[in-house]
Amino acid sequence: MIKFTNVTKSYPKTGAALKDVSFHVAKGEFAFLTGHSGAGKSTAMRLIYLAERPTTGEVRVSGFSATRVAPRDVPRLRRRLGIVFQDFRLLEDRTAEENVAFALEVTRARRSTIQPRVMRVLTQVGLASKAHQYPRELSGGEQQRVAIARALVNDPVILLADEPTGNLDERATRGIFQLLRDINATGTAVLMATHDLDLVRSIDAHLVELQAGEVVYDSAEDQTGTEPAA
Amino acid sequence: MSLILRETLLAFRRAPLLSALSITTIAFSLFVFGLFGLVTVNIQEAMSQVAERVEVVAYLKRGTPLTTITVAQEDIEAFPEVQSAKYVSEAQALERARADLKEFHDIFQDLETNPLPASLEIRLKPEFRDAEHAATVSDRLKAYTFIDDVRYGRDWVEKLDRLRAIAGAVGVVVGSAFALVAVIIIGTTIRMAVLQRSNEIAIMRLVGATDAFIRRPFLLEGLIKGLLGGALALGLSYGAWLAIDTYLMRAAFFTTPEALIGIAAGGIIGLLGSTASVSRHLRTV
Repeated sequence: MIKFTNVTKSYPKTGAALKDVSFHVAKGEFAFLTGHSGAGKSTAMRLIYLAERPTTGEVRVSGFSATRVAPRDVPRLRRRLGIVFQDFRLLEDRTAEENVAFALEVTRARRSTIQPRVMRVLTQVGLASKAHQYPRELSGGEQQRVAIARALVNDPVILLADEPTGNLDERATRGIFQLLRDINATGTAVLMATHDLDLVRSIDAHLVELQAGEVVYDSAEDQTGTEPAA
Repeated sequence: MSLILRETLLAFRRAPLLSALSITTIAFSLFVFGLFGLVTVNIQEAMSQVAERVEVVAYLKRGTPLTTITVAQEDIEAFPEVQSAKYVSEAQALERARADLKEFHDIFQDLETNPLPASLEIRLKPEFRDAEHAATVSDRLKAYTFIDDVRYGRDWVEKLDRLRAIAGAVGVVVGSAFALVAVIIIGTTIRMAVLQRSNEIAIMRLVGATDAFIRRPFLLEGLIKGLLGGALALGLSYGAWLAIDTYLMRAAFFTTPEALIGIAAGGIIGLLGSTASVSRHLRTV
């Protein structure tokens, strides 16, 4: 599903953000990408959703090669990904429902299918009753649920979550994390970048740890450690 | 299409102040250009009025038979540069001189014989009213044996030519400068609108919108703003013209096609400005 092979990403000013990184996220898997701030988690995420190209090595995402994909195919790849960020990235002047529908409208979904699909995902994230509220009227956890609904509405094969709980309190964090696990249970692969070790330890999932741009631990490679990922 | 229209209208509704500001900015920069256009139109108008007086007069030898003149007249009227050739007889010339030159009234009154020659007054077509063509026609006329002398006021026609050349050059230079300023100001205004919505553009990209799709509402927005700005500028120009025409001097206003071209130019500048701004923005993020 996602495969990094000897990926290095360096920037002209700051140097290498990722050094010779290889890991693999399988279909339907729940995987963590952990490490301190600046370890390269967000860079890895950006490589996956093609905001950046690797300097060397290969990134493969859902059959696309990030090194070779033509710019005009990028939107098509992104429609197969759901992306969630720490700062939600909702449009402030649209309701929860409109924010979710936006993702379908820009991909030219048929009008008649939009409304039922939006309501289905809003129900899935537990926000059906707040569909007509604006982001400012929602709590942080609720806003992140809207963002997750927007990520899900295109039926992605992978959900990328970059520090999705970074701005949330303990309770909201638990809720969002549980939601991500529920989504994974329906067959969608989830790759979650986080530095919240309590979350990482709370379940038995595939874990890739980055440190200063290098993979220092990968539970899929670690035969002697804990049980293989579920 | 309806989605693009909806997004465009939403952009106006969400940022009414910025939209109004950019339309006003576009309007004023086009208004300055419009004022310059009015000046140009009026100078041209004045020039062509002066140019109407460019006339080639062929003085005829005394005693030329009228039939010869009539044949030659038809001949001359067939010149490509010539609009009309009018025969003025000796008697008509004297009549005119009496009327025009009142101070010499007595002298003309006392004449026993008419000293004035008959002539052909040749008017050129508007596009040939310059020194070069007047000279060509004049040379050709001199070939007729019954034509004594040809005059066309060489000095002042040449001066008129020079004046026209200067007005043309100033028009092109100042006009391009004004147009460039208008394009830059309008481009900046539209760029502000794009930057204001950069968050939205980023989200559109993340959910898989194509660049072409992202661009379209902005292009429509630019076009509409440009057209509205152009219409407003035309209104302002009309107001300015009305004030000048009423209180200062009689002046000409744009013809309807010129006015429509002005509005369309606003639309095109708006469209080009937003194409440039959005494309640049899409390249950088």
